Amino acid sequence: MHLLWLIVLPVAGALAVLLAGERLAPSRTLSLVVACAEAVLAGSAIARMLAASSPALSWAPGGVLGAVPLSLGLDGLSAPLVGLTALLTPVAVSASWQVADGPRAHHALLLSLEAAVMAVFLAADLVFFYVAWEAVLIPMYFLIGLWGHEGRRHAAAKFFLFTFLGSALMLVGVLLLIGHTGATVLSDVPRVLPLELQRAVFWLLAAGMLVKLPAVPLHTWLPEAHVEAPTAGSMLLAGVLLKMGGYGLMRIAAPLTPEAFREAAPALFALGAVGTVYGALAALAQRDVKRLVAYSSVAHMGFVLVALSARTPAGYAAAMLVMVSHGLVAALAFFLVGALYERTHTRSLEDLAGLAGPIPRWSVLFVFTALASLGLPALSGFPGEFLSLLESFRTFGWWAAVAGVGVLLAATYNLHAVRAAVYGDPVERWASLPDVSAREVVTAAPLVAGIVVLGVWPGLITALSDPAVSALIALVQGGGK
Amino acid sequence: MTVVLASVVLPVVLAVGIALAGNRGIRVAQVLAVAGPGGALAAGMSLLASERASSAVAWRSAWLSQGGASLPLGFAGDALAAVMLVIVGVVAACVVVFSWGYMAHESGRPRYFAVLMLFVAAMSALVLADNLVTLFIGWELVGACSYLLIGFWYRKPEATRAAIKAFMTTRVGDVAMLLGMAVLWRAAQTLSLDGIVAALPKMPQATVTAAALLLFVGAAGKSAQFPLHIWLPDAMEGPTPVSALIHAATMVASGVFLVARAWPVFEASGVARATMLAVGVLTALYAALVALAQTDIKKMLAYSTISQLGFMFAALGAGAWGAAMFHLATHAAFKALLFLAAGSVIHGSGTQDMDEMGGLARAMPVTAAAWTAGALALSGWWPFAGFFSKDAVIAAVAAASPGASWILVFTSAVTALYVWSATFRVFLGASRSDHAAHESGRSMLAPLAVLALLSAVAGWAGPAFTERLGAPEEHAALATIAAAVAAVAAGTALAYALYRRAPERGASLPGGLQSAARSGFGVDAAVHALVVRPAVAFAQWVARVADEKVVDRAVEGSAALTGRVGGMLARLQTGEADVYASLVAVGFVLLTAVVVWMGGR
Repeated sequence: MHLLWLIVLPVAGALAVLLAGERLAPSRTLSLVVACAEAVLAGSAIARMLAASSPALSWAPGGVLGAVPLSLGLDGLSAPLVGLTALLTPVAVSASWQVADGPRAHHALLLSLEAAVMAVFLAADLVFFYVAWEAVLIPMYFLIGLWGHEGRRHAAAKFFLFTFLGSALMLVGVLLLIGHTGATVLSDVPRVLPLELQRAVFWLLAAGMLVKLPAVPLHTWLPEAHVEAPTAGSMLLAGVLLKMGGYGLMRIAAPLTPEAFREAAPALFALGAVGTVYGALAALAQRDVKRLVAYSSVAHMGFVLVALSARTPAGYAAAMLVMVSHGLVAALAFFLVGALYERTHTRSLEDLAGLAGPIPRWSVLFVFTALASLGLPALSGFPGEFLSLLESFRTFGWWAAVAGVGVLLAATYNLHAVRAAVYGDPVERWASLPDVSAREVVTAAPLVAGIVVLGVWPGLITALSDPAVSALIALVQGGGK
Repeated sequence: MTVVLASVVLPVVLAVGIALAGNRGIRVAQVLAVAGPGGALAAGMSLLASERASSAVAWRSAWLSQGGASLPLGFAGDALAAVMLVIVGVVAACVVVFSWGYMAHESGRPRYFAVLMLFVAAMSALVLADNLVTLFIGWELVGACSYLLIGFWYRKPEATRAAIKAFMTTRVGDVAMLLGMAVLWRAAQTLSLDGIVAALPKMPQATVTAAALLLFVGAAGKSAQFPLHIWLPDAMEGPTPVSALIHAATMVASGVFLVARAWPVFEASGVARATMLAVGVLTALYAALVALAQTDIKKMLAYSTISQLGFMFAALGAGAWGAAMFHLATHAAFKALLFLAAGSVIHGSGTQDMDEMGGLARAMPVTAAAWTAGALALSGWWPFAGFFSKDAVIAAVAAASPGASWILVFTSAVTALYVWSATFRVFLGASRSDHAAHESGRSMLAPLAVLALLSAVAGWAGPAFTERLGAPEEHAALATIAAAVAAVAAGTALAYALYRRAPERGASLPGGLQSAARSGFGVDAAVHALVVRPAVAFAQWVARVADEKVVDRAVEGSAALTGRVGGMLARLQTGEADVYASLVAVGFVLLTAVVVWMGGR
């Protein structure tokens, strides 16, 4: 029952904000309270999961509710992402403190987005998973379309159509699977599909997940959505929504169609490795700093594919590390860029220069983010990328060198952005910019702390994921029958 | 564990404290900062004093582990680590004290001292690591500190460009090192050094050679070996004390340390050792010739460092890692001395250009004496430190490859020529600028005295040093020593002949050669033209053509097509509910049919 609350609470919170926001209390306060309560709830659920003898929680209703395809589970594969979502939502709420235009709807949408994402990560039932997956689209569509910048309509539509097309293919895959096996609860689905059918199901499912991730060349919705989205939207989009793609591949597609996944692994690896290089090169050429961060997401998520296609426990762990780290780093990057835009109303690197002079605290945070993003050890980006390189070399040999080029190039665009924005002679135009406020420091603090903690001790994530991932990999590798 | 606390944790705590204290507390904080290097020095001394067995000071844990695979986090203090800790501690302490005076007028000192402390911590972690993962963490962090300190004067475009160049060039090596670790990970299933050594005999030769060569590329990047040396001269844009610590004594030497640390891997690969020997000798000669043509005192010292690191790699290639480490230790003392003395000269004369100096011995007698001690050690005059360590290197190389040792002997002559030319140009003759030079303060002179003393006497510790490391030792043949001494004398005499009477005389090379050598024989420009510019152009192409014109246009194009088809279909939008209902019904039947058909096979 506990797990259901993780979905019900933000839904109830969203309704409460919608009904009582600004009348009872400011919407932002209400939604921050709800998001923090949700974080506590998620923390206690993960703690209870770890205390359980086999570290997993599940909940499936019986009786009348038994007819509803509603079955939830929390294990080592979902726990890090549930934790990430629970951490990022209050941060995103705090980052949208200044939203003056329809704050009720904005905050209600943020909370309903959290509920939908939680549902994706907790779903233990195929139908419910699909419904939650689709439900995520709606609040994000409105966040981009209503609170975005100049080109928001086009960006929102592109985001919606792109991912909707992917999910439509995914739906066919889900239906095929259910139609053939007759089971919808993940743990009940027998893995007996003939190879041709596995192939069809895998690629149909993967279509939706690769769009979400996103994998090159299915990524072009992402830069536009990020550039146009409001700050909180970008933070959650990069921070948690992209992770649904990697999670879906690891949780649903790979274990249900293991034989097809084995066949597809080299192709997935190639997509990922190309993505790490392509994303980094494209980021290097950007002049819009928000687009630059968006393309860096493409590069980072390439490592997720590189890691999980190794089909090993450590590869899965690497994918998880990359995802959690990117969730923190990208959210921090979008927060800082958003905070800068609020002050300067520009995102162009050509307009920015010498910010270290007028806004030193912002500059320190930005340099920190750039170093985390380029994979500096002792910060969170390194362990995942390092392990994915090791594991993909073990599986794919020297081809892993392509991802090594991705590691190399990650430094170029990050240092380029730092040099363009932070370094150089201060410009008259920005001489009187206000530095980050106390609220902004508090907003960034959990992300900074998370980045340092996971960088110094990545074992925290693998301690969560270890048994679950090994069990899942047994399914993935045992696909030989 | 105490060792790790003193050398890694304490400097980190100091870094955080200094950063928090900010500008208001910097006068106190910069004094407390000496405790950071002090911790590293104490840790190193206690390790040297303790039993030979090093396992007592080991601390190991799993950094992360998943399904049986595990990346370790671990430290172990052996003699090699102890020696490095002592070097880091001594030089860093001197640099911190020197910086009190040298950086006194800078804003941003909290940033400067905090990053310096982080550097000490990262360098200590690097040398104490008992596995490649922990070593690589320290390895990357010292690189990041180097990046931040080269770009300390962030308003200067040259400084920030040099910072990026340093980071990117060494990262080329780092990625090779990552791949080398991946090779070892696949072959040995572990990255702990003990585990790798245990697995070596079972590895195919090609695997060992690939791993050794890739690790060497990493070492060459960090230690500025040809052609990855191009970042080091530019790195001189950083404050001079930083150049002394990071870009002369410690970080740039960590490539040599890496090879010594992972020695069994290199011992098992003749190809890798031959490569190191060739690259080392080539680098030593090339950089010495380029140093000859420099007029900027720091650039000259930078090329000199590259050249001396080449000596160390030549020794490694010849199998004498003990000699390489010995030269690393003495070089740390005398090159840090030369850099700090150069800093004192720059501070006192207001210029870095040797053409604008001259006659500084009168105004700055202590600095001049200290520099002279450094020059004696670098050129290898008995009984200064360089004499012993360089002869050990040349003797080892002579045993492996006589031809290579003759190149090194010739390089010794060039070394003596460039350092003595510089000495005469800077300190003798008449002043060539109207800036009234002045001697530096006591806090800057005291570190010079300490390092000068070490440069004078450290050479005598040679036999004890190699024995304590447990490294094989090569005794120099008398002929080799004689040749080396003669070369040094010849180089010094030539410098004397050229500059004693005419210190104002400019470059020592003939015209065309001078300008070619001064720009490093075009290596830098070639790398820029062949690697950097194509990469940037390719990035532009990816973003502007591939992404916008091909991928995205395909997406938008299909959207437009869908729009047109939708326009045709819109005629079906009659607004009559029964038409919709029938369409829904048809669609549902079709979809069900597809599912049942595919699922039913």
